[in-house]
Amino acid sequence: MLHAKNLEYTYDGKHILRFPDIACGSGEHWLLIGQSGTGKTTLLHLLGGLLSPLGGWVQVADTEMSSLSSFALDRFRGKNIGIIFQQSHFVRALTVEENLVLAQQLAGLKPDRKRAAELLYHLDLGHKLHAKPDRLSQGEQQRVAIARAIINRPNLILADEPTSALDDDNCREVIALLEREAGAVGATLLIVTHDGRLKEQFSNRVTLQPNRV
Amino acid sequence: MNLLQLSWKNLTDKPLSMLLNIVLFALGVGLISLLLLLNTQLQEKFDKNLAGIDLVIGAKGSPLQLILSSMYHIDAPTGNISIDEAKAFLRPGHPFIEQAVPLSLGDSYKGYRIVGTNLQFPAMYEAVPAEGRLWEKPFEVSVGATAAAVLNLKIGDAFQSSHGFVMDDNLVHDDAEAFKVVGIFQPTGAAIDQLILTATESIWAVHDGHSHEEGEGAEDHDHSDHDHGDHDHSETKPLHEQTDRSITSILLRFKARNMQTLNMQRSINENTNMQAATPAIEIVRLRGLMGLGADALRVLALVIIGVSGLSIFISLFSSLKERRYELALMRVMGASPFKLTALILLEGLLLALIGYAVGILLSHIGMEILARAMQDAYRYTFTGLTFLKEEAVLLLGALGIGMAAALIPAIQAGRTDISTTLAEG
Repeated sequence: MLHAKNLEYTYDGKHILRFPDIACGSGEHWLLIGQSGTGKTTLLHLLGGLLSPLGGWVQVADTEMSSLSSFALDRFRGKNIGIIFQQSHFVRALTVEENLVLAQQLAGLKPDRKRAAELLYHLDLGHKLHAKPDRLSQGEQQRVAIARAIINRPNLILADEPTSALDDDNCREVIALLEREAGAVGATLLIVTHDGRLKEQFSNRVTLQPNRV
Repeated sequence: MNLLQLSWKNLTDKPLSMLLNIVLFALGVGLISLLLLLNTQLQEKFDKNLAGIDLVIGAKGSPLQLILSSMYHIDAPTGNISIDEAKAFLRPGHPFIEQAVPLSLGDSYKGYRIVGTNLQFPAMYEAVPAEGRLWEKPFEVSVGATAAAVLNLKIGDAFQSSHGFVMDDNLVHDDAEAFKVVGIFQPTGAAIDQLILTATESIWAVHDGHSHEEGEGAEDHDHSDHDHGDHDHSETKPLHEQTDRSITSILLRFKARNMQTLNMQRSINENTNMQAATPAIEIVRLRGLMGLGADALRVLALVIIGVSGLSIFISLFSSLKERRYELALMRVMGASPFKLTALILLEGLLLALIGYAVGILLSHIGMEILARAMQDAYRYTFTGLTFLKEEAVLLLGALGIGMAAALIPAIQAGRTDISTTLAEG
């Protein structure tokens, strides 16, 4: 499902970041763990098609992303990859529901308000359907971000440090939610984190080492 | 939700900044549109009233005043000229003059001017009765379309004229015979719409009676005992055979304009107590005077539009800073760079379009208010309800400015680096 091989990236042209190979099967849940400065976010962006690698390749659902045109890549990403960022950002002029519908439309899918509403009810956000995102609490915002990541039933869900700011109880809850929702749409889930608390919960783990060359 | 709706929501999310942009833009567009409307309609009035008149002869004074009072009927007359002096030009068969129309001004009815003249005057303006007929004898009047409508005059109505151009009960010629409406003209768009036309003799008769009452009867020798109902007296003689009478001015059409007509004009100005003024020249002078004000306003309008363009640019640019995460996010969700560029361009265009619409609305409402005020002050009809071709050009200009103001922010939005932006936050 998700394959990455010989991935390399450079920010300044001198120091090259090298990443371990990744091979995640369909519907599997993986943890990508590494300390600060090991290039976790860079790797997530490479896997999500937000950055193009210097060397190596990434394959999602049998499509090699570097082979796509920029336009096709935008569409592919919108349809097949759901990304949950460390900070939740939304289109602030739109309501929670409209933000979800926008995610459908930007991916080139038909707007489906019913699915958006169902998903929000399911995540206990039914009463916030028509609220502006900045009126929501942190926790609610994160759940909306999760809803947005899964609304298009993507093949791959990438989550960047989803638990770093949470206490133990909430941490467990969010991970459970992510696993449940990824399971519900049959997506491969890859969580990138430095949060050691998550180690025990995932048997599929990749560890990033400090790897400056 | 399409891009247009998204642009709209982005704009309405910041209502105050949207308001400022629209108000500024509307002010600029409105001012330009108002100038266009005024200019076009004034030009139309001026042109219509020229009616091929080559020269106006009247009492000495300001030539512009003579033209304004005798052709546009918006200023006081310069005075009267004696028929003795004027009759050389009124007599048929003058070698240069094709047509000479005498005017007697000075009286009015409820603010609308009564003009004593002959039947060539309506012919000059191609005014024909819509109802009734042209006057045939003194104290019959044919009324211009606007005057008839505003004064609610109908055929058969009678009224008493008053002295001067203002409504004042003390100045009513209540001793004179009443005027009787015999015809109402079709609208022409020229000043004649605002006039009440009658025979020159009517004006004389009113004033004879008037002066008689005041004990100045010595002046009106053979009229001292005349009956206003009986018009069989010297007033019916052709004007150029009258003596001891006065009129206000003469409108002349030449057979051809040449050195001789120029010499004639100079000779009138140098050798008589009258003056001769060329309408075209005076109107150019007047427009020159008004043009200074209009130019200043136009520059002001352009400055306001420039500032509003800058204001749109600044608000889009600063909103871009606040929105860089959501723009990056939209890229992640599948939007192409082109889509983000289009989104911001649309925001600029929407602001310009709304600003334009509000501006045009304001200028036309303003013009309509102005038109009513001018109607009251000058009996001139303008309207805010016509639209000009130039306003379509103005729309293109407005959209161009909206587009130009949004261009740099829009390109910037399209270039949003997803990874760097999201890594920051």
